[in-house]
Amino acid sequence: MIERTLGIPSDEKETKVASQNPLKRIALEPVTRIEGHAKVTLLVDDEGHVRQARMHVVEFRGFERFVQGRPYWEMPVLVQRLCGICPVSHHLAAAKAVDRIVGGENLSSTAEKMRRLMHYGQTFQSHALHFFHLVSPDLLFGFDADPAIRNVIGVAKKYPDLAVQGVMMRKYGQEIIKATAGKKIHGTGAIPGGINKNLSIEERDVFLRDIDQMLDWAQSALKIAKDYTTEHLKQLASFGSFPSNHLSLVRKDGALDLYHGNLCAVDAEGNKIFDQVDYSSYLDYFAEEVRPWSYMKFPFIKSLGPEKGWYRVGPLARLNTCKFIDTPIAEKERKEFMKLGKGKPVNVTMAYHWARMVELVHAAEKIKELLHDPDLQGENLVVKGKRRSEGIGLVEAPRGTLFHHYRVNDDDQVVMANLIVSTTHNNEPMNRAVQKVAEEYLDGKEITEGLLNHLEVAIRAYDPCLSCATHALGQMPLLVELYDLEGNLLDRKARGE
Amino acid sequence: MSEPSARVLLIGYGNPGRGDDGLGPALAEAMEKLGLAGVTVDSNYQLVVEDAEAVAHYPVVVFADADAGGPEPFSFRTIKPQAGLGFTSHHLDPRTVLAMAQELFGAEPEGYLLGIRGYQFDPLQESLSPGARSNLEGAVNFFQTWWRQRSCLTSAGGSEFAARSGKEET
Repeated sequence: MIERTLGIPSDEKETKVASQNPLKRIALEPVTRIEGHAKVTLLVDDEGHVRQARMHVVEFRGFERFVQGRPYWEMPVLVQRLCGICPVSHHLAAAKAVDRIVGGENLSSTAEKMRRLMHYGQTFQSHALHFFHLVSPDLLFGFDADPAIRNVIGVAKKYPDLAVQGVMMRKYGQEIIKATAGKKIHGTGAIPGGINKNLSIEERDVFLRDIDQMLDWAQSALKIAKDYTTEHLKQLASFGSFPSNHLSLVRKDGALDLYHGNLCAVDAEGNKIFDQVDYSSYLDYFAEEVRPWSYMKFPFIKSLGPEKGWYRVGPLARLNTCKFIDTPIAEKERKEFMKLGKGKPVNVTMAYHWARMVELVHAAEKIKELLHDPDLQGENLVVKGKRRSEGIGLVEAPRGTLFHHYRVNDDDQVVMANLIVSTTHNNEPMNRAVQKVAEEYLDGKEITEGLLNHLEVAIRAYDPCLSCATHALGQMPLLVELYDLEGNLLDRKARGE
Repeated sequence: MSEPSARVLLIGYGNPGRGDDGLGPALAEAMEKLGLAGVTVDSNYQLVVEDAEAVAHYPVVVFADADAGGPEPFSFRTIKPQAGLGFTSHHLDPRTVLAMAQELFGAEPEGYLLGIRGYQFDPLQESLSPGARSNLEGAVNFFQTWWRQRSCLTSAGGSEFAARSGKEET
């Protein structure tokens, strides 16, 4: 194990340390890595017991070095290369970091609200996409249903209204992104110290026309997730679940805030590990562990160490860390959601979906609130102040907390970049979920459809970001491989083959 | 100006920041510049659910993607609607897009998949490899010829133009 201090870009050679694990190592040299995939490897003993389960997700490695030497003002646009599903998260996290470099972190109200509208639009479309495209088939047909039926087309056939709503919600969010960021991909809206446009009355009125419909649909989706979770709680309570710490940004008063706030972490019992930590000091609170079998690092809270300091991020974590939500419908729903934990944080992995839908409703409410705010038509778009050589920006991306950190030289070139994405924060939890599911559903020495289905369901709860990987034809998104203790491949299945 | 009688939506997708994975968007960019009559061009990192709504407005849709192991310089085949179970929200099969257009919007556009052979899918490589660039040129030329012939046939009420090198997927 190599522990490194955050902020210092890792050398890839660090990952090539000798394994300390006494079990036979699974072959995972760089050449065997499969771009565009998540890969699960399971190691079983002679009795068919799972001795080790690991999940490997390809990360956009090397980006931190790639941006070195580039002018800092390019960052908010350049970093959108990282993800085609949530480029706005990277756009805004980078913009917030760059704001500090130009001394423009105290944005005008127009600029901040435009950015918030962009961010909530993105959250709305991303959550709707995840629920409709990935989760609703599992919830509506059951985990064990035939994959030929348990898919988005199955939903479209049996629940056509819901399916159309999913598409239209996604589209609505994308249109908000276009109106605030300039275009749906590679937007340029957020610039150092502000925003490059406001929202016209005409644009506003288009969105206002449909927002109540969006809010209604969001509540319908929430009801599906809530009803499913409560009706199947006995089954779901242990499915891929475990006690964990939770991390997110929260507002100064403890409210859920997806755009800005301070860091808050709670343990599995709900005790505060830290609260209201200025994220500019994140290096004092976090470190990363490098493990020989994975390129993706394992972040942890320094004070707790790597064994106990790992945590979850994303919708589940956010509802566990915030004190309240500042929109009425979502707050009512949050209170109901938190009853699951009986006074403690909710640690049910499958409750991610319910939490995500509470946030979907919250995003719709925030969009409506912002659309009625005349500040969006303001003319004061950019502020500047005293230049700095360093900037750190965080946002709560749809999948969780996103860190961007840059240092620049006197020639305005980036000399250091450190990015920690949501999927990296959730690395350890996803591995634990895979281990639990494999222990429960592996039967013998072959990968059954049932095992594959349940592994997929557990991983989907986190919706790991694979957009950094390629998607060329002929590449499958999920591989599961089963090895014996000698390292012999016993079985292999790929979803979509 | 009246709308052309033959219309096609070309969606080129892939990540231009991953070397030859950017072949789809590169084709889209080239076709956009050519401005062929009746051709509407779109480009994205990957296919997304609202593409189902977009394709529903067209009688013909061509999906252009990089192909990591297919025939050189490219392949072109018809595709049919087919349900698929996604693993993440970051990946959607073009056949699923067609199936969604059919189920959700009652549209049945003819679907084609143009797979352009790529070789280098390195992260943070913003340009195409020489081989991919050559294959792209071939694909651009092919698409122009195909569409011109196709639109002429459509205008003349002729029979369907056979897809080159394409075996039909079921």
